[in-house]
Order: sequence, then C-alpha cells, then structure tokens
Amino acid sequence: MNSELRSLYEEVILDHNKNPRNFNKIPEGRSHSAHGDNPLCGDQYSIHLTVKDDLIEDVGFEGAGCAISKASTSIMLETIRGKTTAEAKKLFENFHHLLTEEGEEELELGKIEVLTGVKEFPMRVKCATLSWHIMNAAISHDKETITTE
Amino acid sequence: MNFPALQPRIHTSEADFNPLKIKKMFPILQRRVHGKKMVYLDNGATTQKPMSVINTLTEYYEKKNANVHRGVHHLTELATASYEESRKKVQAFINAGNHQEIIFVRGTTEAINLVAQTFGRSALGPGDSVLITEMEHHSNIVPWQLLCEQTGANLDVVHIDDNGELNLAEFSEKLTPQTKLFAVTHISNALGSVNPLKELIAQAHEMGIPVLVDGAQATPHVKVDVQSLDCDFYTFSGHKMYAPTGIGVLYGKKELLEAMPPYQGGGDMITRVTLERSSYAKPPYKFEAGTPNIEGVIGLGAAIDFLTDLNMNQVQEHEEKLLTYATERLKEINGLRMIGTAKQKAGILSFVFDEIHPHDVGTILDQQGIAVRAGHHCAMPVMQKFAIPATTRASLGLYNTLEDIDILIEGLIQVQEVFK
Repeated sequence: MNSELRSLYEEVILDHNKNPRNFNKIPEGRSHSAHGDNPLCGDQYSIHLTVKDDLIEDVGFEGAGCAISKASTSIMLETIRGKTTAEAKKLFENFHHLLTEEGEEELELGKIEVLTGVKEFPMRVKCATLSWHIMNAAISHDKETITTE
Repeated sequence: MNFPALQPRIHTSEADFNPLKIKKMFPILQRRVHGKKMVYLDNGATTQKPMSVINTLTEYYEKKNANVHRGVHHLTELATASYEESRKKVQAFINAGNHQEIIFVRGTTEAINLVAQTFGRSALGPGDSVLITEMEHHSNIVPWQLLCEQTGANLDVVHIDDNGELNLAEFSEKLTPQTKLFAVTHISNALGSVNPLKELIAQAHEMGIPVLVDGAQATPHVKVDVQSLDCDFYTFSGHKMYAPTGIGVLYGKKELLEAMPPYQGGGDMITRVTLERSSYAKPPYKFEAGTPNIEGVIGLGAAIDFLTDLNMNQVQEHEEKLLTYATERLKEINGLRMIGTAKQKAGILSFVFDEIHPHDVGTILDQQGIAVRAGHHCAMPVMQKFAIPATTRASLGLYNTLEDIDILIEGLIQVQEVFK
C-alpha cells in the first residue's frame, strides 16, 4: 500500500469502519435528528443527538456507506459527545475548512486529524464531510435532507 | 447529393490480432498513473482513441476545415466529402440499407430523446404505452418517462431475474394492442447481459410494435447488422467505440424517418423558409439542424476504419477470451459476488464485496494504476433490484490483455488486505 493510501485507510479509520461507535443506536431522550444522502454514490446516514442545555449528552447514528463516510461519522460523533453545540459547530467549520480550502492551518481537531488524509483524494472529500453536514443540520433543527454531492 | 463510393479496406488477417501491438496504437495507454503502469478497465464509460483517429482530427483542421453542405469553395467540397463519406462508413458498419437512414446526433442519449420527441409524440396518446426493461440505462428510461408525462401514456416494464436476464414470459404478456413502442438495450452496461434481440423484435413485430435498440455497449464489441435484426431504430455513441465524444448515430427505417416530424429547427433541415412557413428537408438532413459536429463525424469514420481493419469478429473473439478468463479468476477472490451472470454476456464485470464499499475498492485500485468505475452506472433500477447501492465495474476494451486481468486480480487481493 503506498503512502497516500496508507494516509487515507489509516488504522484508526479502518477500525472505526469495522467497529463503528454509537452505530445502530438511537440515544435515550433524543432531541435532535437529521438525515443525509449522497444518492450518486450510495452513502446515507441518520444522525441522532440528545442535547440538554446546549450540551451534547449522547449520540447515535444509523445508515450505510463507504469506509471513509462510516469512519468519519463514528469519529465525529465520538468527538462531539460531551461538548457543547457551539463547540461542535466550531469543529464542523474547522474540519470543513481543512478539507476544502488551501493552506496548512493549525486547527484544534483532536482525533479528527486522522481524516485529513482525505484531502489527497478530492473525489472522496464528499464521503468524509457528509455526516458532518448532517450533524450541523441536526443541531440547527434543519428539516431539509442533506447532501454533499 | 452524390458522393463517390467508399474505398475498399484491407483487413487484418486472423493471425494478426495482436493485443500488445494494438495497445501501442493508443498513445494514452502508454502513460503511468500514480507511478504505476495504467490498466484501463473503464471502457463502458468511455474508450481511448487510436493514433489514427487523433491524426484524422488534426488533419481535418490542418487541411480540410470548412462548413459543410454550403458554399462552393474547395475546402467546403473537401469537408463535405469527408462528412458524407463517414455517413456511408456508418451505413456499411451496421449494414443499413440506405445512407439516408443514418442520422448524426450527439450520442445515444440524444438519439433516444429524438425518437421520443418526434416518433413518440406523434404515436402516443392517453391509454397507450411504451414498454422498456428493468435493465435499461437512464438514457433509455427518462426520455420515455418525460414522453409519458407529456402524452398521458403509460410506461410498462419487463423485469429481470437474479442472473440479469429478461423475463421472456413477462415480455410476451406485456406486448398489448396499446403498446406503441418497445425500447431495449442490446447489451446492459451494468450487467453485461446480451439480449436475444432477434427473438424480441420478431415477437414485437407480430403485434405491429416498432422496436428501438440502445446499442451503445454493443457497437464497440460485436458485429451489428440492423437489417438482420430488423430493428426500427438503433442508437449508439462514438466515444464508446474509440471515436471522439459528442458524436453518435440514430439509425431509423426510411419510412419511419420520413413520417416523423422534425426534432430541432434551424438551418440545413429546411428546403425553403419564409416568414410565414418553412418546408423541411428529407431524412437524414431533416434531423440535422445547424452546423454539425463535423470533427466528431470524421473522427467516427476514422474509428470505423480502425475497427473494420481489425475485423469485428476478431475483436469479439478476443474480448470473449478475456471475459472467460476474468470471470474464472474473479472466483479466486473470497467474498466477491458477481452481479450480472447471464448465460450470454459481453465484457462487463460488475461485482460487490460483502463488507467493502465499491468506492473504497475503486480508490484502492486507482492507487495501483487500475481504472474501474464504482457507482450505479446510470442504472439505478438495476441497483434497486439487487438491493445494493453500487457495484464496482471493470469493463473490457479491445486493447485489454490477459495481463491486465492478472493485475486487476492482484489489485483486488490488495483491497482485501487493506480491509482484513
């Protein structure tokens, strides 16, 4: 496997794809939900959040898709659990900026760092960002179905 | 307009079909991808072009370029002669009875839309129906849906079985007195299934139902004889048969084309224009409004020369060998399931893994220099039938070799390694 591929299908990503956290789970007291779909490639997810006083107490997701999208969903939800909705939105903006803009910026990303390899694969960026957009929509109570195509 | 007869071609003898030699005729196949030798297995999406086709385009612009069918100067004569010579080449290539039955369009999609909006609009009304199949490409589904919305007609569908073969009993049942057209693919782009066209067309004709055949995946791979098939319309695309993009052909039986109203209005498709009314040219010009894609037409002619020299029977034989070899070798990959297992197949290999998404397969193969396609292949109903979001598809071309298949298999083993 060459180094670019290794950076994309990195250990953590493969692990989160094989054993996604908070998968097939609707968190108790769920207060926010949104659905997203990339019909041209077949990735589709529903994100569920339990939010109390702006704090994301619990998370869950359902759906199916490629390894990049599933791992991205799993890592994202694990990271935002226990954060405030404002912090989650900030993380979404940082991540989106990192994948779609030029330039190396020092951003607070934590575990999400492993997903930055996607930048070398422009055709797959939409796989990585889909559930982030869904999460953002869930927090905003947006009723539209999300897509990154 | 009278044009000189075609020059006879000198055919390659059977012994000379040499895929390695042929590969060298395609400059792009010599390139490397991600530092690896490129193995191009996405011919169902588009094909690469031999130097002879590329040279023809350059020569056209260097020596002959002018607008066709108008003017009296020398360049116009050259351009028009080349353009009409291509039309005759197409006629010979598919064995049409008359060069007036060959209409140049942008591609298969435009050809089908043309028939839907001219033949279809005049033939259909409320209570009538168009019959298609479940294995069609979107270009042979959506134009009929639009037509049915416009006319109040119904869209009927013949389904496929788990092997990707048409349900022939259902087909017979669905040919009714209200059926005004049957539209079917020659070879399925998602499954590789080859349909028993002669049988289907004969049955449809018994009920007086005309048949349109989508030949986009057929003309590059098998010898097509529209008179033998007796189809009423046959459509195909240049870029899928080693010719440039933006060019395609609609073949239609003379009586049908003469009865159809025009498609696009403009120059060239008229005989006389006044501000009050216009009268229309005869086919094929009736359906060729405006300045055509002249370079595309001439490029298509050059591609037909290339294929004719190679001999389509040899092309077909070579690809059959590749298909057999590939199908056998794919069985070595655990957890890989073929989608499209019809008894009669062309060189299209669609497959899924239990646990690995086609996009991940495609990306990992790409990094190894192997080009395949991952997705629904503009055949969402096929994906729905097999309850999958997408497949990975390797589609063969005449320049592929047994070694290309070996590299694909190695690549797939690598894919499994990543996801172990």
